[in-house]
Amino acid sequence: MVKTFNCMIITTMKYIDEYRNKELIIKISEQLHRFKDRKYVFMEVCGGHTMAMHRFGITSLLPDNIRLISGPGCPVCVTGKSFIDKAIAYSRMSGTIIATFGDLIRVPGSISSLEKELANGADVRIVFSGLDALDIAKKNPDKRIIFLGIGFETTAPGTAAVIKEAVQLKVDNFLLLSAHKIMPPAMEVIIINGTSIQGFICPGHVSAITGSKIYNFISEKYGLGCVVTGFEPLDILQAILMLVLQIEEGRPHTAIQYKRAVTEEGNLQALKYMNDVFVLRDEYWRGFSIIKNSGLCLQDEYNSFNAEKVIPVTINKPEDDGACICGAILRGQSTPADCPLYGTTCVPASPVGACMVSGEGACQAYYKFKTHV
Amino acid sequence: MQELIRSLFVKKFGMNEILTDAAVVKLRKNKCAFTTDSFVVHPIFFPGGDIGKLAVCGTINDLAVTGAIPEFISVSFIIEEGLPFEDLEKIVDSMAEESKVAGVNIITGDTKVVEKGKCDKIFINTSGIGSLDHTYENISTGSEIKPGDKLIVNGKIGNHAIAVLGAREQLGFTSDILSDCASLNKLIHSVLESGAKIRFMRDLTRGGLAAVLNELSAITGFGIEISEDNIPIEEPVRGLCEILGFDPLYLANEGKVLFVAGENYHKKVLQVLKDHPLGLNSEMIGEIVEAHPGKVMLNTAIGGKRLLDMHDHIQLPRIC
Repeated sequence: MVKTFNCMIITTMKYIDEYRNKELIIKISEQLHRFKDRKYVFMEVCGGHTMAMHRFGITSLLPDNIRLISGPGCPVCVTGKSFIDKAIAYSRMSGTIIATFGDLIRVPGSISSLEKELANGADVRIVFSGLDALDIAKKNPDKRIIFLGIGFETTAPGTAAVIKEAVQLKVDNFLLLSAHKIMPPAMEVIIINGTSIQGFICPGHVSAITGSKIYNFISEKYGLGCVVTGFEPLDILQAILMLVLQIEEGRPHTAIQYKRAVTEEGNLQALKYMNDVFVLRDEYWRGFSIIKNSGLCLQDEYNSFNAEKVIPVTINKPEDDGACICGAILRGQSTPADCPLYGTTCVPASPVGACMVSGEGACQAYYKFKTHV
Repeated sequence: MQELIRSLFVKKFGMNEILTDAAVVKLRKNKCAFTTDSFVVHPIFFPGGDIGKLAVCGTINDLAVTGAIPEFISVSFIIEEGLPFEDLEKIVDSMAEESKVAGVNIITGDTKVVEKGKCDKIFINTSGIGSLDHTYENISTGSEIKPGDKLIVNGKIGNHAIAVLGAREQLGFTSDILSDCASLNKLIHSVLESGAKIRFMRDLTRGGLAAVLNELSAITGFGIEISEDNIPIEEPVRGLCEILGFDPLYLANEGKVLFVAGENYHKKVLQVLKDHPLGLNSEMIGEIVEAHPGKVMLNTAIGGKRLLDMHDHIQLPRIC
């Protein structure tokens, strides 16, 4: 098993390395430098793309007239304070274990964070998937496990599968507090709000589930190119080139760069799971307020797994964010450097806003990789 | 307790049978380096080592990177009631073996047993003292570093952190990645004795290579430029980091040291390192520069550039 694992890793690395070929990358960079006649502004929606761009230093390979701005595709960043406050309220209940993805524990709520509650004795456990949370529930039948379900269409089918598993195994101490969301409504709000962009670098892993067809309406209705993109340097640079060429040719449309993982129709099985278990609802997005039909809530037949139905909690209306401009950053209307708190009061060690907490947040990426600019 | 001390610690560490309240020693030099560290790693046994080996190597390495010759170590145990004797004996054997390999004596110690739940199996503190030749006095402060000096590491990074994470059984994988836990005093001594001008050394423990580089640029006020292509990392470690979303530059090591070699000495340093079993995969990874003072610039493997910042929080696996 160990040898097989190592073989898998080595094979995987060779596969990834091909998409980090320096010669090809430099060639694409040189091609992009030839388009000098106009400015191009594209939005990368997914936090994974934001981090990849900074990690590999891709922005240093682009000409000055191509600008990338970050969008709301960081699931931690767009999770509202009230969600954190609810999770904290649950964590303070005796006999309760909170199971959460890692980054969420550092996000500030109104008066505390899950990390602080953990330090004060709450049972908060970091998990890598909903299945890990279900496993905790099975091993602790005398406790109530509340799994904080965040993420977009990439993670929602996994959560749906866990709910179905819980039903089958008759696990009755597992609950979900859902903040799952879907991307296209937020992308449309960004356009309607007037954020000035000429195309989207679309999330690769979301699209592996949904298919690229979910972006067709953006190209058709708003005339913006959408390129579904992988996460390696060559993927990202190729996608940017595709968007530039769409503009040059006057032919904005939805295209797939990430063909090794994404099709137009998507993963039908995963979509079925999602649609079986979840129903759309209006959802609060940090930085956007309520976006219609953008959140995923458990259907009524799964009410016994819905934390908000089984244990309703009342929380105070969260305070506004004060000087924090995470909202404007998530909408692509400001950059982290525009924030009065950035780099002074708000730093990764003591974040004010979620964008500085998350490993995929624009502010943390900016802080880690651009503070010399 | 007296029986435990005599039959286990005194016997295994080769201590004087007559127990006194303090050990009396004579150091080789008038100036000495003195360090202390406590070890609380979980789990206490991991691939490639255990808490005991870690405790010995950690303190020996802290002395060695200041330029001192480690001579004597003290050890203090806090043991949770109920720890199996076999586990304690394994740890003590490990410490005795490592101190013998390193040529450093454990000469004094203390033991406390606490109630169940008051500590996590076993905590160990080691303190160490070493002799410091005046030639090497400035190594720990880096006061002689200047632009053009070269940065060298003695091998592949990230193994210890991945080995310990895997042993915690939280990540759902097993692998044959071993901790690099090792005493570096003899390796470092061979470099110093070669005549190569070493301006600074530090071991790459918590916070990894990135933390040490940032500390170095902060204390010197100079910039640092490193090349991602030249940083040695094992493929399985690189692959696991890709999957889990970790950056290997921030992962802890327990057998790696960063050397700052005076300009023109880097070839000699590499030659001496590569002749030693603990330096076979040594690489020059970068240099001290005048540009971007106080910042560390990484030339990425794809030809881009980015800052390498200090992480001031634990790395958390990605969500999606």
